Amino acid sequence: MGSSMTRGDIENLATDFYGLLESFKHAPLYHISFEIFLVLAVIWLVVFRKPRPIEKKLTEKEKQDLIDEWQPEPLVPSVDPNHPALNVRVLDGIVGKTVEIDGKKSLNFATFNFLNFVGNQRIADKAIQAVQKYGVGSCGPRGFYGTIDIHLELEERLARFFQCEEGIIYSYGFSTIASIIPAYSKRNDILFVDEGVHYAIQKGVEASRSHVKWFRHNDINDLERLLAEQEVLDKKIPKKARSIRRFLIIEGLYVNYGDICPLPRMVELKYKYKYRIFMDESVSFGTIGQAGRGVTEYYSIDRQKIDLISSTLEYAAGSIGGFAVGSSFVVDHQRLSAQGYCFSASLPPLLAAAAIEALNIMEEDNTLLFETIMEKSKRLHKKLLSIKGYIISGDEISPLKHIRLTHAFNTIGRLEEIVQFAQTRDITITVARYLNDEHLLPEPSIRLILNVEMTDEELEFLCAVLQEALVKVTT
Amino acid sequence: MNKSSSSSSSSNSKSKFISENVFKFQNHEEFEETPTWAAVVTVLGYAILSALGWLRDFLRHIGFEEKKTAYDPNPKDFVPLYQSYECFYTRNLYTRIRDVFNQPIASVAGAEVHVMERLSDDYNWTFKFSGKKIPSINLGSYNYLGFAENQGPCSEEAIKSIEKYGLTTCSTRHELGTQQYMKELESLMAEYLNVEDCIAFGMGFATNALNIPTLAGKGDLILSDKLNHVSLILGARLSGATIRTFDHNDVKDLELQLHDAIIHGQPRTCRPWKKILIIVEGVYSMEGSLCRLPEIIAIKKKYKAYLYVDEAHSIGAIGPRGRGVVDYWKVDPNDIDIHMGTFTKSFGSAGGYIAGKKTLIDHIRIYSHSACYSSSMSAPVVLQIISALNIIMGRDGTNNGQKRIQQLACNVRYFRRQLFDMGFIVYGNDNSPVVPVMIYMPAKIAAVNREMLKRGCAVVTVGFPATHLTESRVRFCLSAGHTKEMLDHALRAMDEVGHLVSLRYSKQNPHLRWHDLNRADYDKEYLSLN
Repeated sequence: MGSSMTRGDIENLATDFYGLLESFKHAPLYHISFEIFLVLAVIWLVVFRKPRPIEKKLTEKEKQDLIDEWQPEPLVPSVDPNHPALNVRVLDGIVGKTVEIDGKKSLNFATFNFLNFVGNQRIADKAIQAVQKYGVGSCGPRGFYGTIDIHLELEERLARFFQCEEGIIYSYGFSTIASIIPAYSKRNDILFVDEGVHYAIQKGVEASRSHVKWFRHNDINDLERLLAEQEVLDKKIPKKARSIRRFLIIEGLYVNYGDICPLPRMVELKYKYKYRIFMDESVSFGTIGQAGRGVTEYYSIDRQKIDLISSTLEYAAGSIGGFAVGSSFVVDHQRLSAQGYCFSASLPPLLAAAAIEALNIMEEDNTLLFETIMEKSKRLHKKLLSIKGYIISGDEISPLKHIRLTHAFNTIGRLEEIVQFAQTRDITITVARYLNDEHLLPEPSIRLILNVEMTDEELEFLCAVLQEALVKVTT
Repeated sequence: MNKSSSSSSSSNSKSKFISENVFKFQNHEEFEETPTWAAVVTVLGYAILSALGWLRDFLRHIGFEEKKTAYDPNPKDFVPLYQSYECFYTRNLYTRIRDVFNQPIASVAGAEVHVMERLSDDYNWTFKFSGKKIPSINLGSYNYLGFAENQGPCSEEAIKSIEKYGLTTCSTRHELGTQQYMKELESLMAEYLNVEDCIAFGMGFATNALNIPTLAGKGDLILSDKLNHVSLILGARLSGATIRTFDHNDVKDLELQLHDAIIHGQPRTCRPWKKILIIVEGVYSMEGSLCRLPEIIAIKKKYKAYLYVDEAHSIGAIGPRGRGVVDYWKVDPNDIDIHMGTFTKSFGSAGGYIAGKKTLIDHIRIYSHSACYSSSMSAPVVLQIISALNIIMGRDGTNNGQKRIQQLACNVRYFRRQLFDMGFIVYGNDNSPVVPVMIYMPAKIAAVNREMLKRGCAVVTVGFPATHLTESRVRFCLSAGHTKEMLDHALRAMDEVGHLVSLRYSKQNPHLRWHDLNRADYDKEYLSLN
């Protein structure tokens, strides 16, 4: 052993090394390949292969202990017995323009009875005739003898009312848009959704499992920004982008805000960025437009440009259920793919008959009813604006308005006090109720809904009571 | 290998409920195996149809054949709304037999129904109504206790309620939508089911889809039967919990999965599960099987899981007093954490309910999507249910309700036994009013439906994708409203159609014609039970 190697040692090493190389040259090919393979295998074992985790093999006793020790949470958490949902007002009569609570009649500004069809005698008569012919339930889904001739008539009438090719009805308002969105939009598709859409649309969007891009409520610039960003992304993956469907989900008139969407600009952008528009007109059906056909009529936009319009029969039409209208190309797909249509019992015939009669009334009146409601909405809006201390949310022609107190004051507690006070003065209003897991929980508000049959005096009275309530709450 | 299970009920003494005597028979459930040759022919059939479909698509593509589907009104550079393969099935298989689905009716969906005749001169692409109404025996609608009537005390109550309450409140349960009749319905239903409290909703599908998310969430495990209804699957998905399925009605598989789930905890993190929810149905509407409730309850107690039973098809239709599978198996209703059901099938109305402990129902009242955002139920719909419930519970002073339950049980026994003895493969439990008879081949789906309609019977035939590819079937839904004559007529029709189309597949029962059966035997049994 020496710290330095002698020249002889080096020479020996060199000779050995040279000999090694020479032997390689003369070795058969299979020998060399095998040796290279072994070297590579060693390298792989050392560098790449992860050490297998030692498998936990539990004994039977340990398994039993785990099972015995496991304690589940209670099925439901404890609830607050004072929650408003457990202490609702119980009624016992027609909830029309007036409603009787605790034996006293009051003016009703709380329910979605825009055209005052609740309690309408003509509609009630038609519903009674339907019960005498068809009974109450339809006893089956649409595919299995649940399709009754009256459903087909209602679908045809709705399509005719909206001047579209085809209509389809659902037996529940909430399930309508919540079933429609997942029927078209799948995992790889993109949904551009307004942040202020109502809960049923949010559930539909969730059920679709698509990529969702939320844009600020009614902010067309924010939408354009998102669209432009997506266009840039598309250019990077052109082949894949050709199979990604895009949809814009909006409401005609937003339930949570009372404002109308900027539809003309959205239609322009549709042809520029190539997306399809699904518009939910739950509130604007029967309340906006010269003949009640909604926001498309209000803006004089060709309804063929909107791919699908969905709405509900539970508000203006005074029945139960929902529907969608559009081109046959779009609507027919739902008959096999919309879960709420295929796997659910169909709408009870009496409710379909009521909706048909409601359409009859709407078509007969043609413009008077709708001019009246838009005019009264404007007047109410002006009157409400004149009350200092409230912030009014909603377009002037919207029959649905949200009123709030000024920012620091606006709590649910105070709004409830206003509602209770109004009830003592025989005005029934309600705080708008939401669940906490909304995508964008709106600020607390009182939702005021105009019934077309309200007179000017009654609207004045409402405003006077609201003014008085404000005084009570702020002192 | 035959899948069948049977156990005898223990009661030997005469019960005060007449129909309980019907249930002295064994609880027998059978699913005879698909004959191999039938499976092969079925798959071959689908292969030929698919090949033809590709050929037709090609011809349509080159313009040789006219494209009959609707056109997209948008410009051509939009991304296509449907992928071509998504609609392959619709274009080439479904449209061929489209006339047997979605058949419109023009009368009450009672024991007899008027089917509207549709004619097509372009092979089912478009239909025209001929104006003719075909009177038929209704074996397709869910009308188990025969409450789908346009006359009688129930419809009278419904009519009165329209005058008193109007059709809707236009408001949600959280706001101004709670009427006195809703409270009445809920307390009556809670009494009917023998539980603490109940809440009702306007749509059965929505009851599952919108309420399961309030009961389970991230960190929970849902164990769901493989053949659960779409609404249960949607509700489970929307809840965000982890979902695992167990083989249909296979209690051993359920136990194994529970056992493993608790031991190994959540995937990846191995944290213990927050809670485990088992979801089963009372009667499975495509199989006719009943869930094995006592065994499932034993397992759930052992492993501290929660149990959700969807009694859409079993409430009113199963059990000596019509109280569903709980009544049938005689278990304690408090052992089931969440009772769910619908009013569409046995009560001739619409809607759904959830029932259980008061704390559960209070929680649902606050957090249910439906209670917060949907219009409350319509008055005539609710009053129909209330009067049907009063009849079933005997509160109207008659024994009409008990008679209906018993009639249904008789009809089920009579019909099933004869179908079995004729050599058809009939799935399901002997007591289930849902009677699936296997057809297998795709072409027979249409053939059976059309031939039965010609003979005055409206039946439901289902194939892929509602069932397994090779397991197409005709599903009869019996009703207390069916008389013995109607059942005989239907059996005669089925006998003829079975002979015409060769539906007798059973290997364990001889293939007999209807006139070969010993009629006296069946008649005697029918009359003795009635």
